[in-house]
Amino acid sequence: MLSVQQLSGGYSEEKVLKDVSFQVGRGELFGILGPNGSGKTTLMKMLSGILPFSHGNVRIKGTSISELSSKELAKIIAVLPQHSDQAFSYTVKETVSLGRYAHQTGWFQTWSDEDEAIVRQVMEQTGVSQFEHQYLNELSGGERQRVFLAMALAQEPEILLLDEPTNHLDLSFQKDLLDALKSWTKERGLTVISIFHDLNLAGLYCDRLLLLEDGKISINDVPNEVLREERIRDVYRTKIQKQPHPKIPAPQMVLLPEMLEDEDGPAVIDESLLSLSEEHIVLRSPFPLRTMSSGVVGSGTGWHQVFVNRHVPKSYDCSDHRKEMGDYLRIHGFEPGETVGMMTAVYLEDVSCQHYQEDGFSVLIVVTSGVGNAVDASRGREHSFQLSPGTINTWIFINGEITEEAFIQCIMTATEAKAKALHDLGVKDPVAGTIATGTSTDSILIAAAQRGKKLDYAGTITPLGKVIGSGVYHCTREATIKSRKRVRT
Amino acid sequence: MQKLFIRKYLNNKIYAYVTAAAFLMISVLLGISIGTVSVPPLDIIKIIGGELFSLSSNEYTEPMFLNIVMNIRLPRVILAGLVGASLAIAGAAFQGLLRNPLADPYTLGVSSGASVGAVITLFFGISFPFAGLFTLPILSIVFAFLTIIIVLAFTRRIDRSMKVETIILTGIIFSSFLGALISLMIALTGDELRQIIGWLMGSVSMRGWDYIKIIFPFFLIGALLLLLNGRELNAMSFGEERAQHIGVNVQKRKMLILVAGSILTGGAVAVSGTIGFVGLVIPHLTRLLWGPDHRHLLPLSILTGAGFLILADLLARTIISPTELPIGVITAIVGAPVFAVILMKNRKERRG
Repeated sequence: MLSVQQLSGGYSEEKVLKDVSFQVGRGELFGILGPNGSGKTTLMKMLSGILPFSHGNVRIKGTSISELSSKELAKIIAVLPQHSDQAFSYTVKETVSLGRYAHQTGWFQTWSDEDEAIVRQVMEQTGVSQFEHQYLNELSGGERQRVFLAMALAQEPEILLLDEPTNHLDLSFQKDLLDALKSWTKERGLTVISIFHDLNLAGLYCDRLLLLEDGKISINDVPNEVLREERIRDVYRTKIQKQPHPKIPAPQMVLLPEMLEDEDGPAVIDESLLSLSEEHIVLRSPFPLRTMSSGVVGSGTGWHQVFVNRHVPKSYDCSDHRKEMGDYLRIHGFEPGETVGMMTAVYLEDVSCQHYQEDGFSVLIVVTSGVGNAVDASRGREHSFQLSPGTINTWIFINGEITEEAFIQCIMTATEAKAKALHDLGVKDPVAGTIATGTSTDSILIAAAQRGKKLDYAGTITPLGKVIGSGVYHCTREATIKSRKRVRT
Repeated sequence: MQKLFIRKYLNNKIYAYVTAAAFLMISVLLGISIGTVSVPPLDIIKIIGGELFSLSSNEYTEPMFLNIVMNIRLPRVILAGLVGASLAIAGAAFQGLLRNPLADPYTLGVSSGASVGAVITLFFGISFPFAGLFTLPILSIVFAFLTIIIVLAFTRRIDRSMKVETIILTGIIFSSFLGALISLMIALTGDELRQIIGWLMGSVSMRGWDYIKIIFPFFLIGALLLLLNGRELNAMSFGEERAQHIGVNVQKRKMLILVAGSILTGGAVAVSGTIGFVGLVIPHLTRLLWGPDHRHLLPLSILTGAGFLILADLLARTIISPTELPIGVITAIVGAPVFAVILMKNRKERRG
């Protein structure tokens, strides 16, 4: 559809673009990225035929751009600039109608029924029909941008060039616009080439991305390849981290603010922060911790500052225990948004906790254990599903910086140690009659301070894994023995 | 519903043309009728009708009326009308092209450029053998065109984004400079002094039919060129790049519009001297009344501009009768305050 060959040039003094070549196919949504001054807008101006280039060529459907007349070009390429001048107040419809300029011929350039129909249709598509008779300067920035989009669409282009189309737009309009563009590329084969400032939007919507650096192509590939931490860090010269999008397979980049690094408090998470009452065990951290947990609230991954293990009676039964737990936290002065909360029927004074100081890092382990619902994981099929609160809750706080894989390895190591503790105590699955590996409702929390020593792994024989393995074993064992005693007496 | 609106819209435009045409007709009748000897409008219509269709009914009217109408007031009114129309449509086009409601031949220095051309012609007594009577307007037009090109190039040099204020400032600096050149030539001149001064003051009096013959072809060509570029002007008022995106051949059209504007200004200056503010006030007023669409703005500016200058001339020659004021005095008295109001409104809009 559009092919750029060894394009070089710029404004009179110096070359902004150097030897840029790429191709864009029909129906593609093609993003152009790059830091300020990397030549994005210059490239756009050359593609739209406004700025002449010194070397190379731009071919549109096989024809060189210089061989096309202004009108011929306007029938193929439409442009939505970042902002448009408007000295006089035209009405919305007058403005959109101007988009038909290239399609009108003859001396008097008469307005045909077809022109009218197309103008109506594009105003409908961009949602500006209701403003039809209003003046441009009466509209908001976002509405005006949509009017200019309608004007570009009225050209019935095959290629649409956009320069940071979402600039000045509300979040919802950003999404609407990009959703619309995406669907037009799929349904009508419209080719969209757009400059993006927002790497995440580009990563979400584009089929391919072109990253410019100092007027040269750094890379031209699919978003997942282009949006690599190291590359973006180098090209944009800033700290950035890549993350997967929670719902769709698209890469997302997040900025890392500098202040986070500086503030290196001496605070350590240890048993002194724990407070114990009959109703709940609470650990309040002086700063948010990176967590991975299976609590009732605050589960999954996130950042949390307050950790609550709540005692509930054995008869506790609630249809919506998440909501009930949230209300409970709020009543007791905990903000559910920054809390990981768990429940247990165990008496909380039977808690077992231990702080392990290691070389450069430390680990605090807190376990409450009730084995009334003990289950052998390999015989779980024999149990009917039932959520009852006889449970082993394991908290592991790590004063150190750990990786995502270390989080998962922590869970594995802790689970294995727990199973071993139950095995050594001879805890039996009452249904299957075999040695149990846990209970049916066990919860775990891994919380890391993400400061201090960097710990990459937590397998069973790594420094971190060794502490967790033996710590969880001992605490689970101790907590189980304590609560068993109480049951017997 | 839709049909109804279109009809209303069209009616609106028709209404606009009818109003503007009526304004022009009334101005013409008033301009011919009022004076030291007042001629009743009915007689005017009879006389003009008679001359036009060569009916021999003129024997019923007084010969004095016939003489006053046909030899003094009618040519004067037609000339004022043509000058007003030329300046107004040129102003409308410059404003659209430069996206700037403050642009007009006067503020851009085009009028001064044309004056320099005219004064040079008178000062050196230049006469092109093939052009004869048209030497003066041709030189005026050439100088007008050169001035606008230099002003725009100079502005681009200072400020790539061609801001409104920069263009106006440059235009005014050039106006002053060219004005000084004219003063210099007047100071050096001997015999032609009276001729130059009289012409410079800006007036349409005692010009006669010859001057109409001079301006008319230039008016026709310039106005036609501009009227054919109404849609392009609409596009360009959104910015030259935007116009290019839509498919307008900006370089070619811009040149055409500048040439046409210079032809109109040069022609007008050649017959009447520099008359300021018509090109500023009329397009602006027209835009306020009937919208910025150049396809209608340009023809409506012709009608209202002509009517306005005829009325201004009428005021100029009657207000302190029997002495005549230069017509430029009247247009400036009306124009300068309007200019100030536009400027203030512009500022406020940008801030708000």
